[in-house]
Amino acid sequence: MNTQYKLNKDLARMLKGGVIMDVMNVEQAKIAEAAGASAVMALERIPSEIRKAGGVSRMSDPEMIIRIKDAVTIPVMAKVRIGHIVEADILQSLGIDYIDESEVLTPADDQYHIDKQAYKIPFVCGARDLGEALRRIGEGAAMIRTKGEAGTGNIVEAVRHQRKIQQQIAQLHTMPTEELMSAAKDLQAPYDLVVEVADSGALPVVNFAAGGIATPADAALMMRLGSDGVFVGSGIFASEDPAARAQAIVLAVANYQDSQLVAKVSTGLGEAMRGLNLADLSQDQRFAQRGW
Amino acid sequence: MHSGGGSKPLIIGVLALQGGNLEHAALLDRLGLPNLQVTAIRSAGELEGLDGIILPGGESTAQGLLLEHFGMVEPLRQLIRDGLPVWGTCAGMILLAKGVEGQAVSVLDCMDITVRRNWYGSQLESFITEIAMEGIPGDLAEVVFIRAPGVVSTGVDVEVLASVLGQPVACRQRNMIVTAFHPELTEDTRFHRFFIDHVLSL
Repeated sequence: MNTQYKLNKDLARMLKGGVIMDVMNVEQAKIAEAAGASAVMALERIPSEIRKAGGVSRMSDPEMIIRIKDAVTIPVMAKVRIGHIVEADILQSLGIDYIDESEVLTPADDQYHIDKQAYKIPFVCGARDLGEALRRIGEGAAMIRTKGEAGTGNIVEAVRHQRKIQQQIAQLHTMPTEELMSAAKDLQAPYDLVVEVADSGALPVVNFAAGGIATPADAALMMRLGSDGVFVGSGIFASEDPAARAQAIVLAVANYQDSQLVAKVSTGLGEAMRGLNLADLSQDQRFAQRGW
Repeated sequence: MHSGGGSKPLIIGVLALQGGNLEHAALLDRLGLPNLQVTAIRSAGELEGLDGIILPGGESTAQGLLLEHFGMVEPLRQLIRDGLPVWGTCAGMILLAKGVEGQAVSVLDCMDITVRRNWYGSQLESFITEIAMEGIPGDLAEVVFIRAPGVVSTGVDVEVLASVLGQPVACRQRNMIVTAFHPELTEDTRFHRFFIDHVLSL
């Protein structure tokens, strides 16, 4: 295996059991770090703000990303538009730790994702099912997250995506070898990766939950469903008391099987972000459908 | 203590709050020692009765906060100061260090070393290299450095077990071993064997 790709997958393994938080400035990055975030995602607008603002959403200002990088010691991630190889070049040149090729931003390419094997910096990508996860891994993604439906505070899509991925992994794991080529065709996934998942019964990279996590209970739910960790986007800094909520989510993820603890940390957090029903979103407002 | 070949089990805890605990547990299992019991540690109560503990890689600020919040800092510090064999990898090394640059208070405050987070830089500077280490017999060992910390200074009775480009990357002081790298991200079980021997020697 390529050395850099191993290092990039290994960094994701060190993030397991942790919470990666969206932050919009240095102050929020410091709050996230002090609350126990395992990494921060630097972006100008959290997804709920992107929904309100409308228009085209792009990579954040490099200066803002650098200021956040200088303010914390935990890993810093930032988002590029799907297929935007120049935004990816720019983020790599800034020396941050991870790139999210994200459907939350407006796609730059409506047919092709970035050839992530061509980069030294690691990438995380969203997926709704196993086929999509394996296509992204085939392109070089070193980490996968569910797409969920970002900026809604509604967990239903992240649950759907994680359950789907886990079900499909379980099916492959018990499938006779002669059926795997046909399964690869159905999943629209690279055959060698399908064989790898069938053998190991797991994704070859770390798999986080993302998109709609708003409470410690949401985060613990995603861990119970087999996620290795969680991303929280709008859920923290669109809530009433971000510092308390951030720490509560970190504690709930670390000990997600302890219901008494999750109950305790869920107490007195103030109002969660105001959520959206998926039925109220038109097709073009659904970020999860972006990506191919 | 005992040979590991008798009937009494040897119980090794792996701190499992955040980071690479499963990788350590998997390599310990691969040693194939009949009396070895590996247990995940998530609360203060689970610290009792251990013969040794591994503090895995991950994010040291997150792990420190979790240890603090779950009331584990004081009991773990006391156990280590009383001689519990401990091995800190990467973030675990930062937790054990008495000094951490840019940080007023260290978490466990046990080992006479001062460390700097992200010594080599961001993920783009992570690397794999081969090292020779005291206590690791045979060929050079391939080890993985992920956003690794560096040892800035060591106290008088801290032994440097391995260095990369003149920089200490593995140290021992009494019951404590630290490595800036991650042996648990390779297939090489020699470092885990070395830790078990360390536990048995105390």
